[in-house]
Order: sequence, then structure tokens, then C-alpha cells
Amino acid sequence: MRCYNNVLNLWAKTQTIIISKDRINNSIWYQCLASKVILYLIQDGYSFPLARKADNKENAMNSEVYKESPVVHQPAFIDGHSVEIPILKILQQDGSVYQGAELPKIDQALATRIYKALAFHRVLDERMVGAQRQGRISFYMAALGEEAASVGGAAGLEDQDMIMAQYREQGALMYRGFSLEDFMNQMFSNEKDLGKGRQMPIHYGSNALNYMTISSPLGTQIPQAAGYAYGQKLQGKDAVTMCYFGEGAASEGDFHAGLNMAAVHQAPVIFFCRNNGYAISTPADEQFVGNGIASRGVGYGIKTIRIDGNDILAVLKATQLAREYALKENKPVIIEAMSYRLGAHSTSDDPSGYRTREEEAKWQAHDPILRMKNWMLANEWWDEAQETALFESLREDVLAAVKVAEKIDKPPVEDLVTDVYDQVPEHLNKQLNELKQHIKKYPESYPFTAGRIK
Amino acid sequence: MAQMNLLQAINNALDIAMAENDSALCFGEDVGHFGGVFRATSGLQEKYGKARCFNTPLVEQGIIGFANGLAAQGSTPIAEIQFADYIFPAFDQIVNEAAKFRYRSGNEFDVGKLTIRSPYGGGIAGGLYHSQSPEAYFAHTPGLKIVVPRNPYQAKGLLLASIRDDNPVIFFEPKRLYRASTGEVPEEDYQLPLGKAEVVKQGSDITLLAWGAQMEIIEKAAEMADNDGISCEIIDLRSILPWDVETIAASVMKTGRLVISQEAPLTAGFASEIAATIQSECFLHLESPIARVCGMDTPYPLALEKEYVSDHLKTYEAIKNSLNY
Ligand SMILES: Cc1ncc(C[n+]2csc(CCOP(=O)(O)OP(=O)(O)O)c2C)c(N)n1
Ligand SMILES: [Mg+2]
Repeated sequence: MRCYNNVLNLWAKTQTIIISKDRINNSIWYQCLASKVILYLIQDGYSFPLARKADNKENAMNSEVYKESPVVHQPAFIDGHSVEIPILKILQQDGSVYQGAELPKIDQALATRIYKALAFHRVLDERMVGAQRQGRISFYMAALGEEAASVGGAAGLEDQDMIMAQYREQGALMYRGFSLEDFMNQMFSNEKDLGKGRQMPIHYGSNALNYMTISSPLGTQIPQAAGYAYGQKLQGKDAVTMCYFGEGAASEGDFHAGLNMAAVHQAPVIFFCRNNGYAISTPADEQFVGNGIASRGVGYGIKTIRIDGNDILAVLKATQLAREYALKENKPVIIEAMSYRLGAHSTSDDPSGYRTREEEAKWQAHDPILRMKNWMLANEWWDEAQETALFESLREDVLAAVKVAEKIDKPPVEDLVTDVYDQVPEHLNKQLNELKQHIKKYPESYPFTAGRIK
Repeated sequence: MAQMNLLQAINNALDIAMAENDSALCFGEDVGHFGGVFRATSGLQEKYGKARCFNTPLVEQGIIGFANGLAAQGSTPIAEIQFADYIFPAFDQIVNEAAKFRYRSGNEFDVGKLTIRSPYGGGIAGGLYHSQSPEAYFAHTPGLKIVVPRNPYQAKGLLLASIRDDNPVIFFEPKRLYRASTGEVPEEDYQLPLGKAEVVKQGSDITLLAWGAQMEIIEKAAEMADNDGISCEIIDLRSILPWDVETIAASVMKTGRLVISQEAPLTAGFASEIAATIQSECFLHLESPIARVCGMDTPYPLALEKEYVSDHLKTYEAIKNSLNY
């Protein structure tokens, strides 16, 4: 306290204070000072301002945002739901566009590319759920009914933009051009899997396609996306980061950390929430009480838009605008896409234990793929013959690819110890050698690797 | 007695705890109406109402922070973390809060009524994030108790003891055995002691020690060794913290040899702690180095799970090596 008073006296005399770095390490000290004085940090022989300059007009803590508010003399609570959030809808289920709707930038080529990705998505999901039931793969997660969010989101980006997804966004990867073989190799954990057979099915990733490898722990990619985007900004890249997550994952601490970091440090990141009504069995109304996820954007001072997630044109429009804004202003944006998870959470889940068939039927009427098809037909950009041919060939391709991928060998035993570090350290080499000796002794117990050990 | 699997035994223990104590609450992700993704809390919301058995938002730090608050207030929270792999967002609430609540306040406050249940372990094609055995991270934290049951009978008795114990307890459930392990379980209330290992089978040549799902593995290895005329004493550690040095040391004094088998990676796993303590307790009685059969020092793999795990064959080899030392 004595030091503090000294500093204030000095301040009164000189209007300037220079203090050394070790003093600032005491954070209480720092907080006292930051609000009162100009703070310079002497470091490596040169000084720079650490806190914003404080003068009569502006405190180090920026309180201007509060000053715009009306002053009242009777207590008045504002309601927790006082923020009204409009929802953007462009395309109707019958394929017609709402009157006065502003269309995204789209032409026949883009529309066809999007539609083909959606069709691929639907077919792959359908076939792989089937493959899981037949015991050919261990696990799968479909995105039935919410494919427009991931495909449309990717379509609103540029190839150099990073996508950091949760797990139900295979559509973004499809749009980017991840091959059917790559999907299969990952799901069958074979030696051609880019992830070397280490993660459960659907945990895709591709450096070439700027699609960060999926991590199961929820929400972890959200603050990472803020950091990734900040790096893109500092390096002057013409690129943003797209961060997908579910409304359930938005409850994690990492969500709040990520949004605030992005807002404070002005990172060009698009936070794309897929609000599909459920987190496994937990309905959104048991997940939060506020007005969806969008209302939280306001709390962090981030530009926010809510859209119909089953409306491909709304998804595309919002993402195009968000990208433009993020890049130009170097600021984050939040998109909340409203949808419904029509399928089970995963092949390990059975939704009949927690929701009704009637509820599901209601949402079946909002199929995003059919909606886009109707629009394509109305534009005469697509016809039924093309439709039949596309779905037939996709089904054949997927079936054939399953048969190929399931016959490819599992990764070699050496892959157990690689990539733990950049180089295999001595202790892991030793463990690997012991393992190989052991496998040679009991080859019939380790059929995937025994035949290939030298 | 009734025939129960491990999940039913846990469900039964929770039912007893909630029936006897109005302040006992069960909560976590999908724990309410649905009864948890493994159905361990099935039927509890119907029986005890939404106020006592409920879904939480998807936030582990929130779940355990909330549970700490409840426990400090005098309620009996039984919080579920859906997978032990997802306990880490709650690490701070467990390690810095729950474990130190009593000590830092000079016993003015405590969260002794807290119980955390979480399925752990591999063998289910779960890959990196549905297979981990994180007990050692918590074993490094004074103030916590850590319990791991091996079968339905143990699960019920140990869980009831954990809920009633006046210290925060982490109860790791071997999810590979949830449905695979069945057995006779008394329908009435009973408890098994915390901090006490159990000698499952007497033997004279070597002591085999494990906990949880790994017990099956050492039992299988012991059978193989038995065919070679090697007599194994089999011990279930049951409590990781505090652990029963006396029972293990007494056994090793008798057999002169010890093989510890754990699912988690070798380096700094709990087996290492046991090995260090037992070598100092039993140094002059040891006929061979204490062996640890563990997971490799890598993340838990998927395609090569079989190769990675500390299976019965690796344990059997360790037994033979110990005898041939
Ligand atoms: C940290 C963490 N906690 C729990 C889980 C288990 N889990 C996997 S998916 C999921 C629900 C996620 O719901 P949401 O974010 O809404 O995405 P959706 O499945 O609806 O696409 C849960 C609880 C996890 N993967 N990670
Ligand atoms: Mg959801």
C-alpha cells in the first residue's frame, strides 16, 4: 500500500510513471495501477505502453460502452431474454424463395457442387450406418437432416480457410473434396488412413484440405480456433478460421473462453453453432435457459446472426457475409444454425428412449436436401433423371469402396510408437522391440501384425 | 441374492443411497430421464424425481464445481462424468478444490460427501478418448480417495462405502465389464471397506496384483501359470488411494515375487508407486525385480489395441521371467 501511495504521489507530480517488469508481476499491484496511471514496461531497454493511456476522458478500463445506457433511479432488471434475435430464412421447403429475400452469391456450377456434396453426404451416412449394423465398422455418426449446415458453411468459405469441426461436419470435408477412399480408410482404421488408424471412425482430418483432425473431447477446438485465426491475421493471410460446434458443446468452459479470447484479441474466426436440439439425450431446453447460443454472442460483444440451418441459401449467405466481415474487420462472428438431429446421436444410441416419433416426423418435413433439390428443379439447374443417376452411382461407389477399404491391412506395428513425439524416443523404441519379440512368440494372438514383423 | 451385471449393481447401490438419504443426488450428462449413456442411473429420475436425479448442461467443470458446492452445503452429490477421458475439464475442481477443501479451511469446511463416478478403461474399440485409465493423475493428489471395483458384488459394496465415506471419492467403473461381468449380488444393503485390498486367491510362488478390469487379465495369466505348476497369489487392490500396503507387503514377504498389471501407460502409473513402496518394505524378501505389465507409453490406440494392451500373455511372460530370474 505504501508503494502504491508513492506511485500516486509521483503521478500527481509528473503525470508519468515508469515501473519495472518485476513489479508488474504482482497482479494486484498491476490492477491498482492500471486504472490510475500510465504504465510503461521497461523491457529489453525499450519501453512500450502496457495499458491504454488513461486521461480525463478515458479510464484504462474502457467504460464507454456503459455510458450510452440510460440512467435510472429506480432499480430495473433487464430480462434475461430481452435480446430479440431474428432468424434468416431465404428458401422455402417447396423450393421457392421468400419474397424480398437477398440471395447469396451462387450460380449453377456452385449450386451443383453443393448439391452433389449433399447427396454424397446422405448416401454415405445411410450406407455407413448400415455397415455398422452389419459389424463392418465399429461406430458411425450420421448428420441426417442437418447436412446443409456443414456443406453450406464450407461452400461459403475459400479453400485456404481453416475448418475446425466438432465431428458431425463431414459435409464440409465432402465439399472440400476429401475422397471416398479417404473416408473409408479412416472408418476402417486401415494403413491408408491419414490418421494411421488411431481414432474412432469419423475422426477425419486433412492438412491438404485445411480441415483440422477431429478430437473427441468437446469444445476444445473453440479457443484453438481463436488462436489459429489470430495467427492467420498476424501473418496477413487472406484466410479465416471456421469453427463448428454443437449447442451442447457450447456449455463447455472452452466455448466461453474461446469467444472471449477471439473478441478481445480480434481474431477472424467464424463460430458456427449447429443447434440441432439435442446433445445425445439432453434436449436443448435442459441445456440452457437463455435465447439459444446466439444471445451469448451479444454478451461477448461479437456480431451474431441466427439462421435456418436447413436452408442452404441462408447458410451460404450468412457464411459469405461472415467471412467478408471477419476478414475485413479482423473480428469474430457467430452464426447459430437452427436444425434438428433427425438420426440417432451415433450408432451406439437409440433415440426412442428420450423422444417421440411425432417430434421426429415434424422435422422430417424440413429436409434440407429435398429443399435444395426443389430449388434446383425450379431453376431448371437439375432434373429427375440426373437425380436418379446421381444417387444410384453414389450408392454403387460407396458399396464398392467399403469392399476395398475393409480388405486393406491394419497399420504396421511401428505406427504404435510414431508421432507420440516428432522422433521416436529411446524408451518407446525399446517398448516396440519388446512388443515385437512378444508378438513373434504368440503370432496367432496378434493376427493384424504378426505376419508383418521382421 | 440376485444375478446382476455391473451396471445393475451400481444402479442398485445408487437406489439404496437415494432411498436412505433425501439429500443424495445423482446428476451428470444424460443421467436424468435417459438414465445415462450406459444406463447406470436408469429409473432413478422416475423414482426420486427430477430435482434429485437430473441432466446437467454439458460441462464437466460445472458438474464437479456444482457437486463441490452441494457437498460443502451438506448434501450428498453423486456426480457422473460420462467417460473418464472427459474428466479433465473438471481437473481443477477435483485437484485444487475437492481434494483441498478440508485442509485449506482447517476443517471449517469440507466436501467429504462428494462421490464422482466415471467409466474408465479400454478394450471396447474406443480409441484415444474412450479408453483411458487416468487413476494415476488423481493418485498424485492428497485428499482424494480412489476406488476401482472388479465385479458387480464389489461394485455395489464399494460404491455404497464411497458414497457414505466422509471424503471425496472418485469411483472408476470398468466399462468393459459393465454388461460382461455378472454375478450374485445381495439385494440388501452392504458395504465393502475402502483402503483394503482383497486376496482373491491364495498362492505361494508369486503375487499378482491388479485392479478393476485388469483383474480378469491376471486371473487368466494365473491359470496359464498354474498349468506350468506355478502357484500365483492373486490380489485385487480395490482402492488406489489410500492403498493397502500391508496386505500386498504380507503377500510378497510370503511369495518373494510381485507382478503388477495395469491398463494405463507404464511411466508414472500407479504400478510404479506400488513397486517403489514394496521394494522398500520387502527388499530382503524379494527373489526377483518387481515387474510392471502396463500399457505402452503412447496414447491409447485403436487399430492396434490388441498389440498395445497389457494382456494375459504379456502378464504370463512376466510371471515366467520373474520365476526364471
Ligand atoms: C468433454 C466431453 N464431454 C462429454 C463428451 C461425450 N459426448 C460426446 S457427443 C456429446 C453430445 C454433444 O452434443 P452437441 O454439442 O449438441 O452436438 P451434436 O451431437 O448434437 O451434434 C457428448 C455429451 C465428450 N465427447 N467430450
Ligand atoms: Mg446438438
